[in-house]
Amino acid sequence: MAKAKHWIEPHPQGIYVRPADIWIDPSTPKKHAVVTHGHADHARGGHGEVWATPETLAIMGLRYGTEAGTPLGYGDGFERGGVRFSLHSAGHVLGSAQVLMEYEGERVVVTGDFKRRPDPTCAPFEAVPCDIFITEATFGLPVFRHPPIAGELDKIFARLEAEPDHCLLVGAYALGKAQRVIAELRRAGWDKPIYLHGAMVRMCELYEEHGVSLGALRLVMDTPKEEMRGQIIICPPSALTDKWSRRLPAPVTAMASGWMRVRGRARQRGVEIPLVISDHADWDELTGTIRELAPRETWITHGSEDGLLRWCELHQIKARALAMIGREDGDDG
Amino acid sequence: MRRFAALVDSLIYTRSRNAKLAAIAAYLRATPDPDRGWALAALTDSIDFPAVKAATVRNLAGTRIDPELFRLSRHHVGDTAETVALVWPDAPDGEQSDPTVDAVVQALSATTRATAPDVVASLLDAMDANSRYAMLKLALGGMRVGVSARLAKTAFARAFEVGIDDVEELWHALDPPYEALFRWAEEGGKRPDLSTTPFFRPFMLSHPFEGDSLDLGQFAVEWKWDGIRVQAVHLGGETRLYSRGGDDISAAFPDVVEAFDRDGVIDGELLVRGTDQGGEAASFNALQKRLGRKTVPKKMRQEFPAFVRVYDLLMEGEEDLRLLPWHQRRQRLEAFVPKLNADHFDLSAVVEVDDFAALETMRAGARDAAIEGVMLKRRESPYLAGRVTGHWYKWKRDPLNADCVMMYAQRGNGRRASFYSDYTFGCWTADGDLLPVGKAYSGFTDDELKWLDRFVRENTLNRFGPVREVKKSLVLEVAFDSIHESKRHKSGLAMRFPRIHRIRKDKPAEEADRITTLRGMIS
Repeated sequence: MAKAKHWIEPHPQGIYVRPADIWIDPSTPKKHAVVTHGHADHARGGHGEVWATPETLAIMGLRYGTEAGTPLGYGDGFERGGVRFSLHSAGHVLGSAQVLMEYEGERVVVTGDFKRRPDPTCAPFEAVPCDIFITEATFGLPVFRHPPIAGELDKIFARLEAEPDHCLLVGAYALGKAQRVIAELRRAGWDKPIYLHGAMVRMCELYEEHGVSLGALRLVMDTPKEEMRGQIIICPPSALTDKWSRRLPAPVTAMASGWMRVRGRARQRGVEIPLVISDHADWDELTGTIRELAPRETWITHGSEDGLLRWCELHQIKARALAMIGREDGDDG
Repeated sequence: MRRFAALVDSLIYTRSRNAKLAAIAAYLRATPDPDRGWALAALTDSIDFPAVKAATVRNLAGTRIDPELFRLSRHHVGDTAETVALVWPDAPDGEQSDPTVDAVVQALSATTRATAPDVVASLLDAMDANSRYAMLKLALGGMRVGVSARLAKTAFARAFEVGIDDVEELWHALDPPYEALFRWAEEGGKRPDLSTTPFFRPFMLSHPFEGDSLDLGQFAVEWKWDGIRVQAVHLGGETRLYSRGGDDISAAFPDVVEAFDRDGVIDGELLVRGTDQGGEAASFNALQKRLGRKTVPKKMRQEFPAFVRVYDLLMEGEEDLRLLPWHQRRQRLEAFVPKLNADHFDLSAVVEVDDFAALETMRAGARDAAIEGVMLKRRESPYLAGRVTGHWYKWKRDPLNADCVMMYAQRGNGRRASFYSDYTFGCWTADGDLLPVGKAYSGFTDDELKWLDRFVRENTLNRFGPVREVKKSLVLEVAFDSIHESKRHKSGLAMRFPRIHRIRKDKPAEEADRITTLRGMIS
C-alpha cells in the first residue's frame, strides 16, 4: 500500500496530489484543480482545468463568470496519473462534495466542509470509508453543539408574534445559509413572502433552477416600507449594520451562524437574536464521524484544530494539523 | 429555570433600556412566587451563595471533560461559567427536567463548601445549556446583564403600575424573594410595616455641574469628601451602616456602628483619620485598608479610626424629615450632630464664599487629600431618592494627567474577550527605565479600542498567557483622580480611577512623563 504522506502534500494554499498534478481547493490559480464547493475560501477563479459538481461549477460561474470545467455527479470520478478521483456528497451546501482519492490501494478522503444534519437544500453527507480522513474542524471545540433548527426558528416566530410592528432581519451567508434558512422557514409553515437583500437574489434563483423550492421571494428595494412590518427579511451579515437597513420598518436583528453559540461572539455582532444554525459539523458530528469511519489517520485542514487534535490524542487516534491558510472563521459558520 | 434563562439571555442581547424594562416586567407578571422574587434578587446581585466558588465550578468541569479541552474552550469563550455551561454533557432526551428557580436557590443555599461540587453537578445534569449558564451565573453572583438595581426596580414599578420611590424604599426593607412586596404591588395589599426596622432609605444623588455660573443665594456649598457615602440608621434598638448601593457594611465598621446611639437616620461620608495628617481625614487610600473586611482587628481600628462626616439628616427619632427643604434639615442636623460621639461623627461644614468666582478659585486650589471637589445644593431641595435634576450638583476638581508608555496588554472578558483591552503603562526613572504606574481599561471609544487592539497585536514582544508585552513606543495620556504611595507597583505609586484620556500617537515615548513628576502629584 502507498503511504499517503508520499503522494499527498499539504501546502498552506491547498492540498497537492503529486502523481496526478492536481490541487484540491487551491487558494491561488493552478493548472488543475478539484473544487469541493462554491464558498470563496474553497473555490477561487482563474484555474486552468477544474473538476467539480455541476452545481459548484454553476456557482463558480455566477461568481467568477467562468463555468468551464468537467462536471462530476456524486459517485462519478476520473483517473489521472494513477490516482482515481471521485466526488461524494458532503451535506454542506448545494453541490458540496468530498473528494475520495484511491492510489495504489490507499483511500484518502478530503471533506472540504461538511455537516451531518438534514438540510432541505442539499444532498445528505455520505460516509466514505477511508484510510486517511482529511477533515475540516471549524467547530472543533466541545462548546460548539448546534441545537435542533426548529427551536432556533421558534425564536424568530416568537419575536414576530410579540412585536408585530417590527420586521425581523436575519443575517445569513449568501450561499447556502440563506437558502437553508428560507427552506426551513417554509418547512416550519411560514408561507408569507420572504424579503431579500439584492445580494441574495441571484444565488436564490440558482438554487431554484437546481430544484430547491424557496416559495415567494420579494426584493426589499421594490417593497414599500410599511408592507414589511411583521415580515422576515434575509440579508448578508455585513448588511445588518449597513445604511441599507435604514429602509426597513423597526428591524430586530438576528444572525444565523454556529458562532452564535457563544454569547460574547453574538454580542460582538450586536444582534438581538442569535440563531445557532450552521452548515458545518459541530463537535459531536466531527468526533462522531471520525469514530464512525475509524480511519488509520486523521488530518485536519482548518478551524479549531487544537481541540480536535486533543480529542484524537485522548482517543489514541493518529492525527495531525495541516495549518491551511485563508480559511478563516468568517460569516459562513 | 428555562424561563429565567430566557430572560437572562434576552437581557444580554438587548441594548435598549426600554426593551430590557419590558422583558423584566413581562417576566415578573407571568412568573409565580417565589421564583420571580429570586430572579429579581439575582438580577440585582442581592443574593449570595458563599459556598459556591468560581474554583468549585472550574474544578467541576474537570470531572466531565479533559482539562486541556476545557482550557482551549475557555480560551475561546472568555468566561468560565459560560464555558462550563456549554461543554457540560446534555442529559439524554427525556431525562432533562426544568427545576424551578426556587428549587435551585434552595439547593444552593443548603450547600457547604464540601457538598457544593455534588450539588452544582446534579443541577447541571438536570438542565439544558442556557439554564446551566443562568444557574452558574446565579450561583457565582454577578449576572452582568446590564441591569442596574435601579433599572430592575423601575421594571418592577412598571409591571405593577406602582410608584418607583415606594418600590425603592420597601425593597431595601425586605429580603428576597420579596413576597410581601409582590403582594402589595400586585393585589394592592397592605403596605408592609417598617416603622421599627432599621432599613435603608435610597440616597439622594447629584448630577455633575456643567454650567458657567450659579446663584449662590439659591445654592449652598459643601466640600465633597473623598471617602465612601454611607447611611447610618439607628431605629428600634438596632444600628446599621449602609453603603451607597444599600449593602449592609456594619461588620467592617463596628467602631462607627457602636458609637451611633441616637434614633435617627443620617447621610454622610465615611472617612478614616490619618495620624500623619494631624488627625484630619486621610486619603481614600487609607480608607481602603478597612473596606471589604468581614472582621476588623483591634490594631486596624486604632491605626485607621473611622468616622462619619455628616451631610444630612433624614429622620430624627421616628420623624421623617425628607420632605423638608434642605435649609430646615440643615438646622436640625446642626443641632443633632453635637449630641453624637465626637470621635466618630462630625459635621460637614457649609463653605462660605462671596461669589462664584471665589468658589472657582477655591475649588481649583483644593488639593487636600480627602477633598474630591465641591457639592452645590439647592437650599430649597427636599431629600429625594435617586438622581433628580436641578437639586444637587457635584463639581469635582479637575483630574490629573500624565503621559505614560504602554508596556503590557491583556485580553478583556465577555464582550471584549477577543480584544486586548486592559493596558499596563509606565513612566521613566532617572536611569531611563520604564516602571509600571497603573493599569486602565476604560476611557476609549470602540474605534480606539480596535486601534489599540491592532497596535498590541502588531507590536508584541512577548506573550505570557493572556498578557502581551508590547514595544515601548505608544504614549497614552492617562487621566486619574489622585495618586498615592503604594507597594503594589515597583514604582511605589498607585493611581485612583486611571483611564485612557487620549492616545498620543504624535508623541515619542522618550518624552513621556518621569516617575518624579508623578511623585510630585501626591497630595
